[in-house]
Amino acid sequence: MLTLTLKEPVERVPLETEMLCPDIVAGLDMGAIRALPVHLGKRQCRVDDFFAVEGEASDELELRGDLRKVRWIGRGMSRGRITVAGNAGMHLGAYMKGGTIEVAGSASDWVGGEMSGGLIRIAGNAGGQIGAAYRGSRRGMSDGTIIVGGSAGLEIGMRMKRGLIVIGGPARDFAGLEMKGGTIILRGGAELRTGAWMSRGTIISLAPIPLLPSFLYSSVYVPSFLRVVAQHLRRLGTSVPDDPAEGTYTRYLGDTAVIGKGEILVWSPA
Amino acid sequence: MVRITGGTVYDPANGVDGLVQNIYIGPDGRIAYIGPDGRSVADAQGSGVRTIDATGMLVFPGGVDVHTHVAGGALNFARGLVPENQRIARKFLHSPELRAGIGGLTPTTFATGYLYAGMGWTTVNEAAVPILSAKHTHEELHDIPIVDKSTLLLMANNELMLDLLEAGEFEQAKSLVGWLLWSSKTFGIKAVNPGGVAAWKWGKNANQLHQPIEGYTSITAAQIITGLARIVDELGLPHPMHLHQNNLGVPGNVASTIETMNMLQGHRAHLAHLQFHAYGGHDWGTMKSEAPAVAAEFLTHKNLTCDVGAVLFGDAVTITADGPWQHLLYELTGRKWGNLDVENETGCGIVPYVYSDHKIVNAVQWAVGLELLLLIDDPWRVYLTTDHPNGGGFWRYPEIIRLLMDVEFRKGEVRKLPPEAQNRITLGEIDRQYTYADVAIVTSAGPARALGLTQKGHLGVGADGDITIYSATPDAEGVMFSYPRYVLKGGQVVVEEGQVRAISEGREFIVHPAFDPGIEEFIRPSFQKVYTMSFENYPTEMTRLRHPHVVPCSR
Repeated sequence: MLTLTLKEPVERVPLETEMLCPDIVAGLDMGAIRALPVHLGKRQCRVDDFFAVEGEASDELELRGDLRKVRWIGRGMSRGRITVAGNAGMHLGAYMKGGTIEVAGSASDWVGGEMSGGLIRIAGNAGGQIGAAYRGSRRGMSDGTIIVGGSAGLEIGMRMKRGLIVIGGPARDFAGLEMKGGTIILRGGAELRTGAWMSRGTIISLAPIPLLPSFLYSSVYVPSFLRVVAQHLRRLGTSVPDDPAEGTYTRYLGDTAVIGKGEILVWSPA
Repeated sequence: MVRITGGTVYDPANGVDGLVQNIYIGPDGRIAYIGPDGRSVADAQGSGVRTIDATGMLVFPGGVDVHTHVAGGALNFARGLVPENQRIARKFLHSPELRAGIGGLTPTTFATGYLYAGMGWTTVNEAAVPILSAKHTHEELHDIPIVDKSTLLLMANNELMLDLLEAGEFEQAKSLVGWLLWSSKTFGIKAVNPGGVAAWKWGKNANQLHQPIEGYTSITAAQIITGLARIVDELGLPHPMHLHQNNLGVPGNVASTIETMNMLQGHRAHLAHLQFHAYGGHDWGTMKSEAPAVAAEFLTHKNLTCDVGAVLFGDAVTITADGPWQHLLYELTGRKWGNLDVENETGCGIVPYVYSDHKIVNAVQWAVGLELLLLIDDPWRVYLTTDHPNGGGFWRYPEIIRLLMDVEFRKGEVRKLPPEAQNRITLGEIDRQYTYADVAIVTSAGPARALGLTQKGHLGVGADGDITIYSATPDAEGVMFSYPRYVLKGGQVVVEEGQVRAISEGREFIVHPAFDPGIEEFIRPSFQKVYTMSFENYPTEMTRLRHPHVVPCSR
């Protein structure tokens, strides 16, 4: 286990730390880890300018302190585990391919941007663009799982192709914008324009949500695939109702402004 | 001052085909001696003379790109439209010698110069400049280091010009073109989809060569093409009219391509990216190669030159003044689309595109470019381009050269195409292989001659000291010509052992044709009526160009 403790809070200018990635640190000695480059704005610095580095090189990292201004943690990681004891900054786990990131506090925007595998779990709230496509890209996350305990911001799952996003609290506008596949579970509902321009994929809301007029009513049922989803989620410590005795899902088809092969399922308790 | 000794020289313009020669480049950056005599070169003593031992290496004239898009409003628009491309592009970090930048399909200015020079190309022709963005283009070109540059002015949809041609005022139209060329400090005339872009402002196109253009009563695409070709000839411009024909990319466009060639009888013309104009079939489902027919017809027209605009599988960004075609392409891809209207002059469209080797249409396009390069067996009249970045990045030229030089490799690549695509092309039956001399012609000597740049594309005494020295063996991936051992520009070693070493500022070639200055009396009033810019601010001042070089017109 390698432990990095932030010496003093990073304020105003963000610190970019894409070197804090298990794939990079696991093969280095402690001296080399301390000397890894990080960027404070445009200035190149060393890891030990900002962090006290302890323990031994490993693909398990623990980051301590308030890292809300520390960006790109775990960028592109493919294995191992990163535990953040406090908050995490933007682009946490962006381009991640595998492994696990756990955040005890909250995270900022672009969690798991364009990730293709692995698990990110945020105990608190997260910002916008979770699992989304970076500006201009055709595809957001293509696999993997992101679980947020609290609320989320704008455009979560924007252009996602595959994978699973679970938001515990309410999400803001444009959840599943231009979604191409995958699943978003909104346990606390969402604000406006959910699923706008989605061509394929599934959005499940456990709370009533305002729907765009381009979503068409389809049926009321409990889809059989939900049992598989629920089983998978229970293993991850969360769930969706899958028992018809508890309630049913109303299915809406859309977005018919585009090809309309996506669906929004809204749960109503029995 | 540089001596190059012992290299095997390919200088087709001077009939040198693989002879071991010694070269001396004098203090003025021009070639002062070339020949077998080592002593004359060794005698050129003095301080600062550097000797490059090129024994066992290949010595070529520096590459010349006759048709590329590297600067200006359209390219900048494209840069903004494809951030995803720039994220994955090669990064150029700044160093004491080099400026920072990014590569990719729409490289930044400095990176463009490094990439071209790094590949051994020393002259590039920016093929589409609207007068309204000429100032911006020249400023970007100034920031493209090392290579020499020239620019072509978009004319075939300029409404002032169309008005004059429709009214039958040929002499006035000629003076207008001359005035606009000098006002924009450009080098030649480009005609893009003649009449089609003007019609696009009405939501239409010009698919028929002999029908009046939308918004006009009588003028047709055919009249614009022949009128402009005659104007270019009568002004005596060094480069013939550079024509992007009507019906680009449309299945079955072979008919209008051949008709256009016939129309141009008696005039010089350069047909740009001919690959996009050599398709048969009548829709996307039946599209096939008509390269053999186009090549056979082209060979009979000695007044014409062409570049191929080959496509390579992978990402591309299509950038063209051909607005209506870009809208069609957007409808085919369903991705992003950018459209610009350039007042009374032209238009512009941007659509990111992926050429996929699984798609029959793309496979046919890939083959047509190579077929034209192989079937037009007069290398002096067909030049290597990808219409960068429309068919692929210019830095992929070495991949095309390999396909041209190695018939077995080429046939292997053809066999990987979808079987249905293989039935629609003839590439698999062509056995011609390029020689080193052929490569030197299609990449340098030919385009330099077509551009009318007498000091480029050859290694004779007096030529610019633009020389590329390649290793005689392919790299680990079997590709030659990707990484020259040395590149000299104006006698200065700019690339050495894969690194850009020295940065020079290239020149800009422009022309100053003779025209009746009275034409301003026609331009000024109509200009004040229809343009958003004041007449006085319109022309590009000479002081905006850092290193202008006026190439004389023959009249």
